[in-house]
Amino acid sequence: MKLLKLVPDNTNIGFLKWRNIAFGISILLMVASIALVATRGLNFGVDFIGGQMIRTTFVGEQSAPVEALRESIGELGYGDPTIQRFGAENQVSIRMKLPDGADKKPELANEMAEKIIAKVKEDHPKARIDGVDSVSGKVSSELFDKGLFALIAAALGVAMYVWFRFEWQFGVGAIWALVHDITLTFGLFALTQMEFDLNTIAALLTIIGYSLNDTIVIYDRIRENLMKYRKMAMPALLDLSVNETLSRTVMTSLTILTPLVVLVLFGPDVIFGFSVAMAFGIFVGSYSSIYQSAPFLIWFGVSSDSFVPAEKVADSKAERLNEGTV
Amino acid sequence: MLDFPRWRVTMLNALIVLSILAAIPSFLPKAWLDRIPAGVPKETISLGLDLAGGSHILLEADTAQLQRDRLESLEDSVRTAMRRAEPRISIDSVTRTNGRLSFVVPDSAQIDAAREALLPIIANSTGGRDWSIEVTDGNRITLVPSGTANTTVLDQAMNSAKDVIDRRINALGTLEPTIIRQGADRIVVQVPGLQDPQALKELIGKTAKLEFKLVDEGADPEQTAQGKARVGSQVLPYPDNPTGIPYIAVRRLGGISGDKLTGAQQSFDPQDNQPVVNIQFDGEGGQRFARMTQQNTGKLFAIILDGQVISAPRINEPILGGSSQISGSFTVESANQLAIALNSGALPVDLKVVEERSVGPDLGADSIKSGILAALIGTAGVLLWMILTYGRFGIYASYALVINVAMILAVMSLFNATLTLPGIAGFVLTIGAAVDANVLINERIREERSKGRRVIQALENGYKEASRAIFDANITNVIAAVLLFIFGSGPIRGFAVVLMIGIVTSVFTAVTLTRMWVAGWVKRNRPQDINI
Repeated sequence: MKLLKLVPDNTNIGFLKWRNIAFGISILLMVASIALVATRGLNFGVDFIGGQMIRTTFVGEQSAPVEALRESIGELGYGDPTIQRFGAENQVSIRMKLPDGADKKPELANEMAEKIIAKVKEDHPKARIDGVDSVSGKVSSELFDKGLFALIAAALGVAMYVWFRFEWQFGVGAIWALVHDITLTFGLFALTQMEFDLNTIAALLTIIGYSLNDTIVIYDRIRENLMKYRKMAMPALLDLSVNETLSRTVMTSLTILTPLVVLVLFGPDVIFGFSVAMAFGIFVGSYSSIYQSAPFLIWFGVSSDSFVPAEKVADSKAERLNEGTV
Repeated sequence: MLDFPRWRVTMLNALIVLSILAAIPSFLPKAWLDRIPAGVPKETISLGLDLAGGSHILLEADTAQLQRDRLESLEDSVRTAMRRAEPRISIDSVTRTNGRLSFVVPDSAQIDAAREALLPIIANSTGGRDWSIEVTDGNRITLVPSGTANTTVLDQAMNSAKDVIDRRINALGTLEPTIIRQGADRIVVQVPGLQDPQALKELIGKTAKLEFKLVDEGADPEQTAQGKARVGSQVLPYPDNPTGIPYIAVRRLGGISGDKLTGAQQSFDPQDNQPVVNIQFDGEGGQRFARMTQQNTGKLFAIILDGQVISAPRINEPILGGSSQISGSFTVESANQLAIALNSGALPVDLKVVEERSVGPDLGADSIKSGILAALIGTAGVLLWMILTYGRFGIYASYALVINVAMILAVMSLFNATLTLPGIAGFVLTIGAAVDANVLINERIREERSKGRRVIQALENGYKEASRAIFDANITNVIAAVLLFIFGSGPIRGFAVVLMIGIVTSVFTAVTLTRMWVAGWVKRNRPQDINI
């Protein structure tokens, strides 16, 4: 049987030649992402800003009557609802701010949910209430802080690990790639205005774990080659390492992205944003391992000396090299 | 690498069989499971609320209220103790600020006697002191809560609140609630299968603190309407007051509390057939109630529930039998709810709902269906890529992937882990990521072969050289998953659990198992060339 070769043997693509252009594009995309987040903002769910979310399916209707809903719920006097489709055309989530004073008297929030549900049922007797989420301001700000902390802790944690296993330059390169992937994912959420909730944080944490996969495999090969080819120039050595691991990078991205794309297309509607974030993050992560984390090593002056076992080096260098002997 | 002793092969095969067996119960219908005799392990994966449908309610204690209550009852005890002291000690300028109780003993000669009288009040059951006594300006005594007292009190209150909630939910019938404390001042209540948590929230949110106090009949109605009370009285809300003023003044002291009940039932008033709640006092409570009604026959007394007066009947005759009736504008339902709440005891602390999530069963069922569909298509896609790319080695990786799925399910079943909606996504992700180890190994073997190494040498190097990268890559995933577990809430934790289990099992299946199969094949066939 003739086997499939996605990447031909012994490729010799000059990836690093393009590193400045790639870096420029990435910086541009990151700036655009930050600008998007700053101008359009993220569409935070009730998890992070508090409030109430009611999920409804309009059984037997082609599409949800979004405009009519907005009007009829607005008339209840609790302010304007944010209505967003999720999944099928006839499924929506209705988000409301909690009424004033609900922090002290949770009954007020109950009352609001009951009135909204009654209103929806009155106009659409066949509507199905799929769930009610109600999060107080206190809990939502806790969730926000916890989520942010988890992201930072995860990024620092894996960077520390890379530093510990390789050299500090590799750690910085890894964290740069992470910042890159996470920023672009934030940009995607600002651009599409998909709901940003607890699940999104989980997706981001997963991206941190998996986008580093490629980076580490390439770093591992760079370290191996640094010890093997002492005299090779750094850009050539990085190109060699990226090319040697290229078919693996492509194959792994493919095997991870295949089920994720399936999840986006056929998976549960409720976690659509979660699935999109993971697929996007892992896609961007593969790119950034080649074009962000590897070139960083040149800029940070990693050289073949960095990994030579200590006993073979002149004394003057010995102290710096201890941690590099793996 | 060809060195695979027979005992190791047997052990690994046994492990595979056991995993598949352990995963089976999760797929059996409940009726079948019930017929499996006891003793046979039949743990299953439980479904999270977001899949099974149900309600998640997070309650937070009003700790300030708890402290106020505690200070109030301290003041009561102090006043009683001073009154009963021989000779009686008079006190004034009583203040309660910043969690401290402070008062002046005008006759400074009585300071020592006052101290003495306080000792039994401030001692706690473990022999320590809940309050410390400070004397300033010669005759001002201040009671300061001792360091750990507030925490201990809160802790005890939360524990008994948890029990009270448990009793109340059990009184509703066949629900299977999970009630756990979270942090110092929170309780999580999860009730699978409950669609409309409204009634439940009303029931568990009700403090059900019942009090009987005498109405201050001499109070000026105008003052009362403005919320002003005379010394020794307090104004309470009374929404159903027949006078139309929604307030009433009651005497602060001399009332009795409703924590001395032995039972409460919803019933009907024989005279007007209105729903009422019958209550029975225990021995001590009955005596106190009898004494109060005897001494105050002909007066009005207020029945107070959670700081709100529900009715204020006249005491027509002393009530000596230890039972009484609470009337008010009840419906059958609300009277029944009050009876349940009174039977389960009062919550020792006010609780309010700070987070609530409920999911209907239909949405959950849809999610399971599409989740399983995505997992199946995803797996098929990954298997296809692997077999097309690596041939025989892809088939080994595919076996490993299928066993990996069984092992994740097995571990989740054995630990009774909860599968949540994000957990399904974690599952799908794990399927894609699990074969990464095989990709690394197979690519390495390819490389070694193209460098001209002989088959066995190439296989050996492939497994050896790739394992370092596999290890490093998986560690970062573990770091992320552990943080997810620590900081995540509910469903997200379910996701982290699947990821962590998946990482461990996938390294085992993708590395150890495929190596065993490859070794067996090489031993049997001694291939000179491999197609990879």
